[in-house]
Amino acid sequence: MRRKFHPVTQSGQPPRWVDVGLIPLLNIAAAFLVSGLIILIIGEDPLEALQVLVAGAFGREEAIGYTLYYATNFTFTGLAVAVAFHAGLFNIGGEGQAYIGGLGAGLVALGLDGHLPAGLVLPAAILAAAAFGAGWAYIPAWLQAHRGSHIVITTIMFNFIASALMVYLLVNVLIKPGQMSPESREFEPGVWLPFMHEVLAWIGIEVSRSPLNLSFVLALLACVFVWFFIWRSRPGYAIRTVGFNDTAARYAGIDTRRVIVMTMAVSGALAGLVGVNEIMGVQHRLLLDFTAGYGFTGIAVSLMGRNHPVGIVLASLLFGALYQGGAELDFEFHSITRDMVLVIQGLVILFSGALAYMFNPVMARLFSQTAPAPGE
Amino acid sequence: MEDAWLLTLLTFDATLRVATPLILAAMAGLFSERSGIIDIGLEGKMLAAAFAAAATAYVTGSHWFGLGAGIAVSFALAMLHGFACITHRGNQVVSGVAINILAAGLTVVLGIAWFHQGGQTPALPTEARFTPIIWPFAEEIGRIPILGPIYRELLSGHNLLVYAALAIVPLTWYVVQRTRFGLRLRAVGEAPEAVDTAGISVTALRYGALACCGVLCGIAGAYLSTAHSASFVRDMTAGKGFIALAAMIFGKWRPGPALGACLLFGFLDAVAIRLQGIAIPGIGEIPVQAIQALPYILTVILLAGFIGKAVAPKAIGMPYVKER
Repeated sequence: MRRKFHPVTQSGQPPRWVDVGLIPLLNIAAAFLVSGLIILIIGEDPLEALQVLVAGAFGREEAIGYTLYYATNFTFTGLAVAVAFHAGLFNIGGEGQAYIGGLGAGLVALGLDGHLPAGLVLPAAILAAAAFGAGWAYIPAWLQAHRGSHIVITTIMFNFIASALMVYLLVNVLIKPGQMSPESREFEPGVWLPFMHEVLAWIGIEVSRSPLNLSFVLALLACVFVWFFIWRSRPGYAIRTVGFNDTAARYAGIDTRRVIVMTMAVSGALAGLVGVNEIMGVQHRLLLDFTAGYGFTGIAVSLMGRNHPVGIVLASLLFGALYQGGAELDFEFHSITRDMVLVIQGLVILFSGALAYMFNPVMARLFSQTAPAPGE
Repeated sequence: MEDAWLLTLLTFDATLRVATPLILAAMAGLFSERSGIIDIGLEGKMLAAAFAAAATAYVTGSHWFGLGAGIAVSFALAMLHGFACITHRGNQVVSGVAINILAAGLTVVLGIAWFHQGGQTPALPTEARFTPIIWPFAEEIGRIPILGPIYRELLSGHNLLVYAALAIVPLTWYVVQRTRFGLRLRAVGEAPEAVDTAGISVTALRYGALACCGVLCGIAGAYLSTAHSASFVRDMTAGKGFIALAAMIFGKWRPGPALGACLLFGFLDAVAIRLQGIAIPGIGEIPVQAIQALPYILTVILLAGFIGKAVAPKAIGMPYVKER
């Protein structure tokens, strides 16, 4: 049993621009309106908060770097959720897949640094992150496809199992000897994924230091890949067919089980790439909880971006800005902290996801009178 | 011998205390899921209720007002879930995720704004908490060898909400299995169109189920912050909502077996702390994390049908569209 994500068809459909443009904007506006109300309730000025947020996210060169660094994570997890959505699957396990993806990258780096050149270690680490993420999604997918267990529940369980596994490995196995905090040793600097400010310095452009690294480029490539994969490839066609109507897909000769497993593997691989950004790009060692909820933010990003790479990049930028700007809230306000960003995130998921069709009847009524719907 | 017996009893005693919020939340999830609505928002409802209960109990000085506030907030979130999934036919999983994230953020934002303690609520005085109820003659009866300590340690000395949770399990069974509402509730989760044909409102029934769910999650949250602990701490549910969900599934959507699963998971939790660093003869030292992950692993295995088959209500997850 899987969820479907297309709206209930109604007679008198509003024109397309309303459906893909106006309604999503209304939903997001509603989310931000409620967020503003909450800030009013706790006795602060929402417009001032917005100013601080925007300035904090884009005001300085370094801030922009941070915003893009967060956006990189959200692009990966947003794409992961979106790919699964297209097959009618809900991958709520992005958090665990990203965590295990980081483990894959970290193990490669710990095992090979100092032995092989960075030119070999980095691609291997990226592949390992994707493979480990895919592997962590593969098991729930296989269980859904072949044993009929509910993928939402299994992926939730796998998040917790991943967390327990990582605590065990870091506390007992990978911990740097003679150290209290559960962290591995730092990788050799040679295998770190270069920072953007370093890369740009090579070609003579000076920018401020920030955690932004080459994973950003990888994220953009992933967007192109997902677009091509979903809309221009044969497996993508099968995925969309299964997502639209899996009974019809089965009668059309599509092996739905294989599609489920393949979709989830791709989804998990994308989520696993968060590990590249965090472990190879920024932390340069394995540690606990580096995923920091990015997997769950991916759900909001995907819903907001309407499961399309372009939308996901835009939504990632917005959430990147919220995360970076949210950190500034801590300094500027007495009683607003970056936890406010979590509230906004929840409201975005509520209005763009769960209540996505709330404005549809209103719009249908509005537009069926003024503009006769063209035959779609 | 005497010591080992006492230790066992104390472990069971801890099990009961850890299992209480699981039992309440599992019964809450049972009402919702039997009516055909997935509820992964148990965690969020519990967290919000825990905050509301602690905050209200601190301000009013009464744990009863706290309990009331916890139930009210959790009820409101359950209705929001219903508004999204029943009225607007939104995706139930998405709505649950939204409630979880919203609760995680809002409790801390409001906590910092109101109490300025980094998201915590101030510690509650004893009179604003649910305190242990010592049964009559606990000390005297406790001196009877073997059986006495059962009375003193295990049965006596819990707070009211622990006993309430244990009472709610047979109550849930009775409501779901033996009342008209329960029959309709089960029917609406299996075949809503049949219920609709019989002239009964699917919408009203599902809202009713979510109301029960909200109230029970509210009690579970209030237990965490005003009975088990003496204040609200950020993320204090720490996945308990999901363990409860797992326990309910592990109990195959039935009250009795779900209670068993909650006690088992509670026991694993209580034992994990006590087994830390102790080598068991023949097995060696079991990593705490393995025991902590066991509820999730067991649930995955059960769902995959390797140990018995867990069959979900048939209409679960599907919004009901009334035919015209």
